[in-house]
Amino acid sequence: MSAVVEGKNIKRDYQVSGGLFRPARTVHAVKGVSFRVEQGKTLAIVGESGCGKSTLARIITLIDPATAGELYIDGQKIDIAKDGTSKEMRRKMQIVFQNPYGSLNPRQKIGDILGEPLLINTDKPAEERRDLAHAMLKKVGLGSEHFNRYPHMFSGGQRQRIAIARALMLNPRLLVLDEPVSALDLSVQAQVLNLLADLQDEFELTYVFISHDLSVVRYIADEVMVMYFGEAVEYGSRDAVFSDPQHSYTRTLFAATPRADVASIKARLAKKQAA
Amino acid sequence: MPLLDIKNLTVSFDTSTGPFMAVKGIDLSIEPREVLAIVGESGSGKSVSMLAVMGLLPASATVKADRMAFDGIDLLGLDPAHRRKIVGKEISMIFQEPVASLNPCFTVGFQIEEVLRFHLGLDRAKRRARAIELLSLVGIAEPEERLGSYPHQMSGGQCQRVMIAIAIACNPKLLIADEPTTALDVTIQKQILDLLVSLQAEYGMGLIMITHNMGVVAETADRVIVQYQGSKMEEAEVLALFENPKSNYTRALLSALPDNATGDRLPTVSDMLFEPAPGA
Repeated sequence: MSAVVEGKNIKRDYQVSGGLFRPARTVHAVKGVSFRVEQGKTLAIVGESGCGKSTLARIITLIDPATAGELYIDGQKIDIAKDGTSKEMRRKMQIVFQNPYGSLNPRQKIGDILGEPLLINTDKPAEERRDLAHAMLKKVGLGSEHFNRYPHMFSGGQRQRIAIARALMLNPRLLVLDEPVSALDLSVQAQVLNLLADLQDEFELTYVFISHDLSVVRYIADEVMVMYFGEAVEYGSRDAVFSDPQHSYTRTLFAATPRADVASIKARLAKKQAA
Repeated sequence: MPLLDIKNLTVSFDTSTGPFMAVKGIDLSIEPREVLAIVGESGSGKSVSMLAVMGLLPASATVKADRMAFDGIDLLGLDPAHRRKIVGKEISMIFQEPVASLNPCFTVGFQIEEVLRFHLGLDRAKRRARAIELLSLVGIAEPEERLGSYPHQMSGGQCQRVMIAIAIACNPKLLIADEPTTALDVTIQKQILDLLVSLQAEYGMGLIMITHNMGVVAETADRVIVQYQGSKMEEAEVLALFENPKSNYTRALLSALPDNATGDRLPTVSDMLFEPAPGA
């Protein structure tokens, strides 16, 4: 099996300007993280806000360069700080953001939103772009009648489907999903997760799935990385991480996740009675 | 006597295509010292019905009910001046987006003291002492210094704590929490839920938790109301609801939890919903 994306000791620092009387500071957002995702697999990155998981997502999707460390895509070393990005590289890595209300242009029709990646990155004629957009709409469970509508005419779940469709237009190798279901209702969340699973089977997609919801992670991930203050404190297969968490922060996370099973409700009610 | 007693509440909004019924005849009551959870997805009318109680709906909304009483006071016929005396004092509410519900132009100390001045008429020194007490009660370190902070200088979890401090400032009898932890991380969510439940027990408040997270329901509620598209689908004690859900919709919601996934696919609500519910 070949790794679609591999990072070795990736670091990212940000310079924060201090103003007139304060010296500039360096924030170490990611402090040396290594990972490897094979084709058709899902790596979940878990952590709270500010732990560097979205910074890592930006590095993997070639939006930001890493300050140090090596990033390999399909076995090829990539250094965008030195060489820049090419259309071919950008085609391979796509991202879906958390908030489908913010990530779609309200003045663009759905058809144009889906055609735009092709317009920028390929020289396909307009008719072909339109056909591909129609086909992709069907793949994500929407219909041709949605082609000429605007984003505000859709529900949150439908918009997230459109964002996923746009990311898939260029046949990427890897999809980075930055909290794709945390803004959605439970029932819609289930539909989008099912869609992601279907698309992964169909296109042999590789996912990097960023989330802070452990129940979703347990459902979708093959491997799990737990990040805490820029470091990967836990990294292993899903079963290993969930059955035997090594780091105290991972255990804290598990303990904090609300449990919706009958046994834990009984335990809580019994405790309340006793108090 | 129930703390809040609502019979047959309907809320409709005037839209360009005619009236839209957001809440279609809901009965709800909560006893003192009880934790009631209202569960449902967006559009189920769970927030709208509580906003109707608070009198916070826009002018395009029409609120009708056979009865809507808080602590024996009829809320329907109440004029705005009297309602303002109750809302924020006896009933208070916390919202989903803590950073957005605080005023960015004023310090958190000012915003806490505002409630104390308006409802209790405390003098400056007493207001400050009470604000410090409230901030330490909700678990904010160095409360004296924090009084001078603006909302943007605090994290989301801290802002939510400030919101809770404002809400409980006048020892309300009923606290309504509208998705209080949806915008927060799991570890912070746990802290805020624990804080709400312990404050509820300590001060003997009624607590209404509006949420779409079944985990939050399981961790906090005594009794649960499940709503869907403006109608009540089910009302039950929390254990009974999880052990033996009666309506199809509740069953669908519970099986859509990724925790309960069996096999490769999650059952979705629409898979299960269109069978008639028993007794519906």
